Amino acid sequence: MGNLRSSRLVTVVAFALSAWRSRRGNLPLPRLLTVAVLLYAVIQLLSRTGILNGYFMIIINRSLVFVILAVSLNLINGIAGQFSLGHMGFAAVGAYVSGSITTLIFMYTSEQVASIGGNIVFVIAIIVGGLAAAVVGFLIGFPSLRLKGDYLAIVTLGFGEIIRTILNNISVVGGPRGLLGIPKFSNFTNIFVFTFLTIVALRNLVQSSYGRALLSIRENEMAAELAGVNTTRGKVMGFAIGAFFAGVAGGLLAHLLQIAHPTQYGFYASALVLIMVYAGGMGSLTGSIIAAFFLTFLTEALRVGIDQLRDRVGIPVGTEWTMVIYALLLILVMLFRTDGLMGMREAKLLVIDERKK
Amino acid sequence: MKRFASIMVPAVIVGGIFLSCSGGPPVFKLGGVGPVTGEAATFGASTKQGIEMAVAEWNVQGGVLGKQIRLAFADDKGDPAEGATVYTKLIQQDGVSAIVGTVMSKVSLAGAPICQSYKIPMISTASTNPKVTDVGDYIFRACFIDPFQGTVGAAFSYSDLQAKTAAVIFDVGNDYPKGLAEFFRTKFTELGGSVVAFEGHATGTTDFKAQLTKMVRAEPDVIYCSDYYNDVALIARQARELGFKGPMVGGDGWDSPELTKIGGAAVEGTFFTNHYSKDDIRPIVKDFVAKFKAKYNADPDALAALAYDATYIMLNAVKTAGTADGAAIKNALASTDLEVVSGRVKFDANRNPVKSAVIIEIKGGEQVYRTTVYP
Repeated sequence: MGNLRSSRLVTVVAFALSAWRSRRGNLPLPRLLTVAVLLYAVIQLLSRTGILNGYFMIIINRSLVFVILAVSLNLINGIAGQFSLGHMGFAAVGAYVSGSITTLIFMYTSEQVASIGGNIVFVIAIIVGGLAAAVVGFLIGFPSLRLKGDYLAIVTLGFGEIIRTILNNISVVGGPRGLLGIPKFSNFTNIFVFTFLTIVALRNLVQSSYGRALLSIRENEMAAELAGVNTTRGKVMGFAIGAFFAGVAGGLLAHLLQIAHPTQYGFYASALVLIMVYAGGMGSLTGSIIAAFFLTFLTEALRVGIDQLRDRVGIPVGTEWTMVIYALLLILVMLFRTDGLMGMREAKLLVIDERKK
Repeated sequence: MKRFASIMVPAVIVGGIFLSCSGGPPVFKLGGVGPVTGEAATFGASTKQGIEMAVAEWNVQGGVLGKQIRLAFADDKGDPAEGATVYTKLIQQDGVSAIVGTVMSKVSLAGAPICQSYKIPMISTASTNPKVTDVGDYIFRACFIDPFQGTVGAAFSYSDLQAKTAAVIFDVGNDYPKGLAEFFRTKFTELGGSVVAFEGHATGTTDFKAQLTKMVRAEPDVIYCSDYYNDVALIARQARELGFKGPMVGGDGWDSPELTKIGGAAVEGTFFTNHYSKDDIRPIVKDFVAKFKAKYNADPDALAALAYDATYIMLNAVKTAGTADGAAIKNALASTDLEVVSGRVKFDANRNPVKSAVIIEIKGGEQVYRTTVYP
C-alpha cells in the first residue's frame, strides 16, 4: 500500500523533472532519472524480499542523509571555496523547526487526520525547516563572509556552538533533554526523493552561470570581481543555499530517529561531514556522494568485522578499536589520494553535456 | 586496477556486513548496548562490565532455556543516530531476543521505538528520563526515575531524621535538580511536614548567601539540596558559615569523591539517596562487590550495578517465560519480583521499577552506608 503510493510519487516527480528538462533542452535528466529510479526499485525490491534487512535500510537511510549534508557543504567549501565548520548548526535548525511543527500538529490532531494529511504536512515541515536554516545561513553569512579562510572557519565554528547552546537553553523544545516524540515520517522513499532532488538541484546550480561565478570566486576572488561577478552576493547566496539543504537533511534525520538532541549537532558531527567532503574530493559532487556512502558503510563494516574477529577468529579486540581503524583508513585515503577519492572529477551522469542538443 | 579496486572495496564492505553469525550449538542471543566510546565512555565501560559479568554467571549455571547465552554487545557512542543503528543491527543482523541497554536517555529514546516496533523487550540500565518507558509496553528500565529520589529524600528526612520543617535549594536551569526539589516538596508536605523556604538559584552561581540567609532565618530542621556535588559542596560550606547546624539531604548527583574534597568539614553529617552502596550489608551486594573486584580489580560503581541488575532481571524474565518469544518475555518482565543488587524490583504500570533506594552518609570524609528506604 505504502509502496504503491510511493511509486506514484516517483512517477509524479519524474514528470515534473522531464518538463523542466524540456525548457533547457540540454540537461541529460532522463539518464540520471532512469538510474535513480532503477536504483530505487532495486533497493526497494531487495528490502521487500528481505535480502536487505532493517539494519541495511537504516545504514542506507543514514548514508542518504549524509549525502545531502556532504553535497550541500561541498557547495560552500568545495565550489565557492569558503571554509565552513558549522554545517551541523544549520541541520539543527532544520531538525528543530520541522520537528516542532510535526510534533505540535500531531499532538493536537486525531489519528485519522494524521493518516491522510500526514505526509503532506511532513514535506511542508521539512521545507519550512530548510527555509529557516537558509534564513539563519543568510544572517550568519552576510556579516561573516567578509572574512576569509581561517577567520571564517572560526566564525562558523563559533556559530555552530551558539546554535547548540541556544537549543540547550530553550525549554519549550526540551532544553538539554532534546526534542522528544517526533513522529516517524522519514522512510527510504521520501529520503531517497529528497536526496535525488538535492543532487539534481546542486548539479544544475553548479553548472549554471551562477555556479560558474561561485567557481570563479574560489579560484580568484579579485579577478572574479573585476570580471563583473558580484562576489558578496554570490558567497552569501551560496551559503544560504547550502544551509537550506543542511536544514532539510536535519529534518529528515530528526523524523527518522524520532529525537533531536543538541549534542547531535556539535563540532564533532560537523567535522564528520567535512571529512566526507574532503575524502570525496573538494568540488566534486560525485565524490561527496561516494564518500558519504563509503564512510557510513565503513563504520558498520568495521563494527561487524571486529565482532567477527573476536567471535570467530578469537582475537580479543574491543569495540573501541573500530574508531582507530577508521581513522587509520582515513589517513591512508588522504595520503594516497590527496585530492580525495574523486579529486575534482564528476561522474558523467552529473555533467551537463553542452554538445548534445 | 583502478576499476578493480573501485568494485572490490564496496564489495568487501558489503560482504563483510552480510557475514552474520550462524552455526554452532543453539544459543540464546542477548543484546547489550552501551556508550563504550564518546563523551560517556566511563559509563559505557562500567555498563559493559556489569552485563558481561552477569551473562558469565548465568552461563556457568547452565545458561537460560537450556542454552548458553551469547552476548552481542554494541557501542552506541552516546549518539542517538548510532543508537538507532546498533539497536536495529542487534535485532535484524544478530537476531537477539532481548536487549539490555543503554545508559543515556537520548540514545534509549532513539532505540526504544525500534525495539517496540520489532517486539523485542528492552531494559534500559540507567536512563532516568520518564519518557523512555512511555514509548511502549516492551520498554522497561532498571533504575528509578527522577521523581522517585525526591520522594525518598522526603520520606527519609521526615521519618529517620525526624525533621518537621525543611528548606529547599536547587539549580533552576537544570531540570534534573528542579524535578527532585519539586517532588521532595510534594512528598514532605504530604507526610505532614512544612517546607519553610523553596529557593532556586541560577546555573553557575558560586555565591548562595542570598538564598541561604533567607533559608537559615526560617530555622529549618533539614536543608534539601538536589544539585550536583560541586554546587552542593559550596552550598554546604556557606550554610555552615551562616550558622546552620542541622543535617542536609540530597540526590545521586552528590555521588563523587570531589564532594568531601571541596566540602571538607561542612559536608560532615549530610545524607544523599543513591541507587546502591558498595557497603550495603545485604549478602547479594557483598557477593556482587567481591566478585566484581576479583574480576575487574576495581570497585563497582552504580552504573555497573544497574547493568548487572538489568541483565539479571531480563534473563530471569526469559527463564520465567520459558521461551525466547518477545511477547512472552515482556509479560514475564511486567510481573518481575526479584531481589537484585540495587534492591527488590517490581515494575509499576509504566514499567518503571518500584524498589528501594539507599541512603549514604558522609562520615569522617567517607561515604558510609546508612540505611535502605522502601517506597
